[in-house]
Amino acid sequence: MHQDSIIREPLLLGKKTYHQVTEDIARPVEGKANKYWWALFFLAVIAWLWGIGCMAYTVGRGIGTWNLNRTINWGWDITNFVWWIGIGHAGTLISAVLCLFRQRWRLTINRSAEAMTIFAVMCAAIFPVLHMGRPWLAYFVFPLPNQFGSLWANFNSPLLWDVFAISTYFSVSIVFWYLGLIPDFAMIRDRAKTKSRKILYTLFSFGWSGRAKDWQRFEEVTIVLAGICTPLVFSVHSIVSSDFATGVVRGWHSTVYPPYFVAGAIFSGMAMVLTLVIIGRKVLDLEEYITIQHIETMNKVMLTMGSVVGIAYFAEFFQAWYSGDPNESFIYLSWNNAKGVYGWAFWALIICNNLLPQVLWHKKIRRNLYITFILSIVINIGMWFERFDIIVTDLYRDYIPSTWTYYSPSWVEVGIFVGTIGMFFTFFLLFARWFPFIAQAELKTTLKATGDLFHNPPRQPKSTDFVADHGTHAAVENVH
Amino acid sequence: MSKVIVHALYDDDDKLRDGARRVRELGYGINEVFSPFPVHGIDKIMGLNRTRISICCFIYGCTGFSLALWMMSYMLIYDWPIDIGGKPNFSIYHNIPSWIPVLFESTVFCAAHGMAITFLLRSWLFPGVSPKNPDPRTTDDHFLMLTTAYSEQDVNALVGAANATGAVEVKQVASNDSHH
Repeated sequence: MHQDSIIREPLLLGKKTYHQVTEDIARPVEGKANKYWWALFFLAVIAWLWGIGCMAYTVGRGIGTWNLNRTINWGWDITNFVWWIGIGHAGTLISAVLCLFRQRWRLTINRSAEAMTIFAVMCAAIFPVLHMGRPWLAYFVFPLPNQFGSLWANFNSPLLWDVFAISTYFSVSIVFWYLGLIPDFAMIRDRAKTKSRKILYTLFSFGWSGRAKDWQRFEEVTIVLAGICTPLVFSVHSIVSSDFATGVVRGWHSTVYPPYFVAGAIFSGMAMVLTLVIIGRKVLDLEEYITIQHIETMNKVMLTMGSVVGIAYFAEFFQAWYSGDPNESFIYLSWNNAKGVYGWAFWALIICNNLLPQVLWHKKIRRNLYITFILSIVINIGMWFERFDIIVTDLYRDYIPSTWTYYSPSWVEVGIFVGTIGMFFTFFLLFARWFPFIAQAELKTTLKATGDLFHNPPRQPKSTDFVADHGTHAAVENVH
Repeated sequence: MSKVIVHALYDDDDKLRDGARRVRELGYGINEVFSPFPVHGIDKIMGLNRTRISICCFIYGCTGFSLALWMMSYMLIYDWPIDIGGKPNFSIYHNIPSWIPVLFESTVFCAAHGMAITFLLRSWLFPGVSPKNPDPRTTDDHFLMLTTAYSEQDVNALVGAANATGAVEVKQVASNDSHH
């Protein structure tokens, strides 16, 4: 069996036994929702309904209800699309990439992060479909025989690659998530006291019994799915970036886009995971599972990815300046943009994404929940501005000065965005109430390696070398 | 004596492994083990074969790749070559670089879904299937090992092995199953 190093802090506090883990994970599902849950749920549903109204208005009246114009023909719609897709990426990073790297801290956050991925991709898909103008013809993006003869989809176009990438990503993420949920549903089924819960979770758990052969297959499927989801997640945002990078628009036509988009996606997704789990651990009373150490580790990933993104910004800025091309000197990362009418958007990006996250170099701040929470929201705003800047401020100074223009969204565009946020939180709140929030079966496999019940007693340090480390651990527990 | 199934319930995965090892050392087979999480190494102790599901996954992936290649070359080269911006439309060789994303996604799509469906079919997991675990505690914190005894001597050996390795409950269940 794998043993954790003695100097590592335990990832699971509160001296958990297997049964205690079951109790703690089943509690939110079996208990009643409190008034904060209902208040948040009510707000989210209202926002979602407002969004549905705006979508219906868009479909009924056409996208003339948006403020897009001939020069700026992509605006909030594609900004929001890329933003949501990016947020989804952290879920797959945590569940697939960290699974391959055998990072055990992922086990208490992977379930909620994967749920986030699925809901975020659902929100993302709304925008390109609406932007088609006639969404009832959306099936045209699929390579289907149609009434115009043998006119097929164009497989050389990144927009079509997107269709394949996002539908594959969405469906594979659901399968990965659901397969992991099956044993946990079985746990809730087997301890259900009410008849309705028994029936519901028997259906959900597909008749899972936990036989040795099933577990053997389950583990193999998990690791192979993690293996194929890892290149999948990198391909999805690379392909989204190709929507821009293959376009002959200055500012977009850039080879740095695929890695830069992937890093940005993980950056913003990690921020969203932090926003969600900082609330979730408190509301669902899971602070001993999602510990300060988990928060700190996520902050480290965020800091790393934020730095990658920062270097990409610098490269873009430098290249635009170094090329000496007057056209290039109007791209989204250039002095002309910083000084121009969209300067506010430029500086919002730099401040939110590059300057403020630098405080994460301090350990105290990485372990501070309040600052982390605020920062996670700041980074999400910053990453939204990144996409807004790439799209709008690369378009607004067109090739002929007579076409130069400005763009701000109409109430309909804002309404649809607010609606997707409402939809996301509606689904997430329902998930937190009905589904096991933590992958308890998988977590139990590492309880003996990472739980503090098993972590300390059998491996007391013999020399005094480790006393300092244990002192730190005690201090951490007190803070917690 | 009719056939008896010995149910040995453990509250720890290490003890379960010990028990299973003891049973195998005594020369008995293990019918089934129910556990709340994958107990590593139990499949080897029980003598289960390695699962071939990842080989299936590879085959599904190859299928997805071939289907996507066939689809794109039929649609874009053979059936209706489209001239877009002068990009070559007359040979697979010239088109393949821009087909890589769709080829890759189709490979992943078929590999992942094919493997998931195979897993659900082979383990017979569907909505509406009723669970087979005899004790509801095996999805919480207990581990159940089932062994078959054909004689009084077998019962004594298997119950003894379970008790010696720290089983918290040992039950003998008469079996009507004649073709085990």
